[in-house]
Amino acid sequence: MTAPLHPGSVPRLARGMKLREDKARGQWVVLGPERMFVPDETALEVLRLLDGTRSVDGMIDDLAARYAAPREEIAADVLAMLRELAEKGVVQS
Amino acid sequence: MNAVTPAGTPSGTPPLAPPLALLAELTHRCPLRCPYCSNPVELTRVAAELDTASWARVFQEASALGCLQVHLSGGEPTARRDIAELVRAAAAAGLYTNLITAGVLLDEAMMARLVEAGLDHVQLSVQDTEPGSAERIGGYRDALPKKLRAARLVREAGLALTLNAVVHRQNLDRLPEMIALALEIGAGRLEVAHVQYYGWALANRDALLPTRAQLEAATAEVQRAREALKGRLVIDYVVPDYYAKRPKSCMGGWGRQFLAVSPAGRVLPCHAAESLPGFDFPNVREVSLRDAWENSEAFNRFRGTGWMKGPCRDCPRAEIDWGGCRCQAFALTGDAAATDPACGLSPDHALLDMAVREAAASEGDFTYRVMGAAPQKA
Repeated sequence: MTAPLHPGSVPRLARGMKLREDKARGQWVVLGPERMFVPDETALEVLRLLDGTRSVDGMIDDLAARYAAPREEIAADVLAMLRELAEKGVVQS
Repeated sequence: MNAVTPAGTPSGTPPLAPPLALLAELTHRCPLRCPYCSNPVELTRVAAELDTASWARVFQEASALGCLQVHLSGGEPTARRDIAELVRAAAAAGLYTNLITAGVLLDEAMMARLVEAGLDHVQLSVQDTEPGSAERIGGYRDALPKKLRAARLVREAGLALTLNAVVHRQNLDRLPEMIALALEIGAGRLEVAHVQYYGWALANRDALLPTRAQLEAATAEVQRAREALKGRLVIDYVVPDYYAKRPKSCMGGWGRQFLAVSPAGRVLPCHAAESLPGFDFPNVREVSLRDAWENSEAFNRFRGTGWMKGPCRDCPRAEIDWGGCRCQAFALTGDAAATDPACGLSPDHALLDMAVREAAASEGDFTYRVMGAAPQKA
């Protein structure tokens, strides 16, 4: 179903997953089949970049341009996070 | 990096947090007659069901109260002619919409209407992978082929699909086939749901309780499959109460995370709570959902830990399992405020061992659910 994520992958939210604002609790949530996840700030940044056209590399470029951190560091973090999200069934590529 | 944490963990939560999800029991009507049906033994008739506009208002109120998801359930929710309108109303309220269905009434036209209305996810039940057995358990002809058709329609529509395999003594040995079926029909998630013994299921307990050997094989199979299918299939599985050492955190605690609305509009902390005597459950025909959640005696009665007696009261797990299940405590001990007998610390825990022994000696015949007739067996 899902190939392992690599820098060239184009990840998107998995089928049935939705990123939504939860106004009652003042946070953003990922809603899925009888599950929900509360992303931390960094995960939320990454989830917002999932548009089904941008590659992992493109996402890393975007984040590297916005944050004053070395690209390699961001790349490692983003890949690790996306793999974790894929394992939980939140993201697919 | 801590990417995601499961929601609803009880770390320092304020006394009254808003609910996460609404279980909307749209109807008690159902073409199937499963002997473990979670509906109350006194089923609500069609004339007493809430109408479309009332449900639409309930969905708006649920969203305003803080609910994020709605589970459209029953009975069989697609037995309601207005099911697509109800999905549309729930989606318009901003809720994540989950249809919990037996699937046998689902055809192409209905699927198209549901998708157009904004349905997010379908949870499809399966009684067994062996057609004859599936037919017998559900009391419905050709149930399995019809369910497979429903699964295909859901996938073709591009919706997320969960397979809900309700397991018990008479089908648990086919768990490997159920896992294979989930993969074959493209489900992203499999819920292996052990029957819970209240209402109809309690009347059929002797025919349904699995043996310890069956349970151990099933638990090992789930562990194996979870590892092998990581990233392909999420498997939800909870050890059934009758073999557990500690009770489940039923509904995440009474009035803590969920609320249910019955076909006739009663607001309940869980869909089985109508079986409890001495309650005056609020009704959406009379009060708002917020008022029911925040102020009703029924929701406040078993909220938190203040109502607990020993051994729960002084237990370090009081805010982990919240005393277990109130309906099970009442069904087995006659006292809804007792510790759930599923807990090894309950003075009534031996009742469960006795039930397991009695079940092992029984034939396995079913009492089927029928409208207007409570089960004959005690």
